[in-house]
Amino acid sequence: MTTLSTTDIQRLADFATEIRVATLRQFGTLGFGHIGGAMSIVDLLAVLYGEVMNIDPQNPHWEDRDWLVLSKGHAGPALYSTLALKGYFSLEMLDTLNKPGTKLPSHADRNLTPGVDMTTGSLGQGISTGLGVAWGNRLDGRSNYVYIILGDGESQEGQIWEGALFGGNAQLANCIVFVDYNRQQLDGYVDQINPLGDLVAKWEAFGWHTQEVDGHNIAEIHSSILKAKAVQDRSSVIILQTVKGKGCNFAEGIEFNHHMRFDQAQIDGAIAALKGVN
Amino acid sequence: MTLTQRDMRDVYIETLSELAKEDQRILVLDADLMNSNGTAQFLKNFPTRAINVGIQEANMIGIAAGLAATGKIPFTHTFSCFNTRRALDQIYMSVAYAKFPVRIVGTDPGIMAAFNGGTHMSLEDVGVVRGIPTMTVIEPVDNVMLRAILPAVVDLPGPVYLRLNRKQPEPIYEEGTKFSIGHGQVLREGTDVTIVATGIMVSEALQAADLLEQRGVQARVVNIFTIKPIDVELIVRSAQETGAIVTVENHNVLNGLGSAVAEVLGDHYPVPLERVGIQDLFGEVGPVDYLRQRFEMTAAHIAARTEQVLARKVERF
Ligand SMILES: Cc1ncc(C[n+]2csc(CCOP(=O)(O)OP(=O)(O)O)c2C)c(N)n1
Repeated sequence: MTTLSTTDIQRLADFATEIRVATLRQFGTLGFGHIGGAMSIVDLLAVLYGEVMNIDPQNPHWEDRDWLVLSKGHAGPALYSTLALKGYFSLEMLDTLNKPGTKLPSHADRNLTPGVDMTTGSLGQGISTGLGVAWGNRLDGRSNYVYIILGDGESQEGQIWEGALFGGNAQLANCIVFVDYNRQQLDGYVDQINPLGDLVAKWEAFGWHTQEVDGHNIAEIHSSILKAKAVQDRSSVIILQTVKGKGCNFAEGIEFNHHMRFDQAQIDGAIAALKGVN
Repeated sequence: MTLTQRDMRDVYIETLSELAKEDQRILVLDADLMNSNGTAQFLKNFPTRAINVGIQEANMIGIAAGLAATGKIPFTHTFSCFNTRRALDQIYMSVAYAKFPVRIVGTDPGIMAAFNGGTHMSLEDVGVVRGIPTMTVIEPVDNVMLRAILPAVVDLPGPVYLRLNRKQPEPIYEEGTKFSIGHGQVLREGTDVTIVATGIMVSEALQAADLLEQRGVQARVVNIFTIKPIDVELIVRSAQETGAIVTVENHNVLNGLGSAVAEVLGDHYPVPLERVGIQDLFGEVGPVDYLRQRFEMTAAHIAARTEQVLARKVERF
């Protein structure tokens, strides 16, 4: 893997817009959902699934695939859009979000959705399951990667730091953790509830190769992953400075944008604004 | 807005705030669900007596235990799944074993987790906390009951699990009704069979009794709102007087109300029993009405299961 060309960057930016549009449509079929935390990880998902990850949408259980553990499982709809656009299942299926009998529930479920690698929803647990996968793959001598996405509010869970301690000591070079540092959780701003302090210093203190980048800058996300992969003797974490609700004009910049109710006009407006931008 | 039209969480916070005005020991903890649980309003009312610990349920329970050690009466809040199984060892040792009067308030129990789906659907919460000695387990059915029993919940000596629906409940009781923790209530008299229900299933049980009456069956309906300690006397008497029992709960039929009633019957007076509820399955995502159908928890299902128990009763007696 090499540095991205400007065409690559544009392609991934377009992919991110497609993911955002599909996610907004998906939420629109219901009229409510966890919109803020879904929108903030879209650029990361675009880089991972559009460029970095070694996957086969026709064969979601391929043993040598790269894995994604969406520890902040409530952002499932953003992942579903990405998977549908990659061809794991049809775009029409996105309309079934949370409907009776659906394969697309609010929180990511490995037994229901093709391409979802791990079941999450109770926050704090994905770091451990992801580390377990990375360790298992290493035992099997595989060269695939495990990507784990954590929330910042989620990082208040003790289990995250149990994982950080274990992962730091286990030196799992095949594991890259992302923290979606959008500064917001359900009840408002992380800094007003239970602040994380110097997150970079904390992860470094746990022995991780730590980077901090703009989580909406395609080129920066990509090059940070390249750097993390170049590190052979440590587990890696990339802290993504992000904006909760990014790219959704009625959610971005609002304190209570974690779980919102909206009407079709708002969704249409947000989609139009997104397409105009690109 | 009348009492019956209000969301249960609002009645809960209002009543708790009234109590907290008089009782300085009452404190509120929440784990990043203040806006969902209504505790944000308590924080407004008492800025120094409520805290949002963030997303860390086990730590919240431990902090509550420590607060209780200094004479406070802490009420912890989050969804029922996280306020029980996510912090179970802390509840067991730091709270119950150490004998601290922490009040654990679990919201959105069972299928009320609806659009949050199977990961959030607590179908085992009653079971896991019921197995802890000294724990009182209460599932208030409507706003009248909630308002009436909360003062007694504050004063119970041991730990309490309050299983709370936060939405607008079906009204069951007249204002002014008196309740006593540990005592069930006969909501409807009947001689052929007794339907024992709790929580959101009480209104379904009453509808089932109406359906059964049209078919010539007189069903007694009992609301067991204290699942532990369970009202042994009322259950045994109902078994003796009606000869068959159906339990109805928004919970796995293993370890919850159905199991508790089966234990009482087995110990004292065995009669045919059918248990309506989730049949040892995981939850799934969807609207509550769909989930009631999916898990066979509607009035029609209760009536059908009641007819099954009646057939068994005839065979046996
Ligand atoms: C253990 C647990 N506690 C509480 C919740 C309820 N909940 C879902 S999302 C959320 C806020 C998450 O905040 P954060 O991790 O910052 O995610 P983001 O802001 O990126 O959506 C909460 C409290 C949960 N799903 N799991």
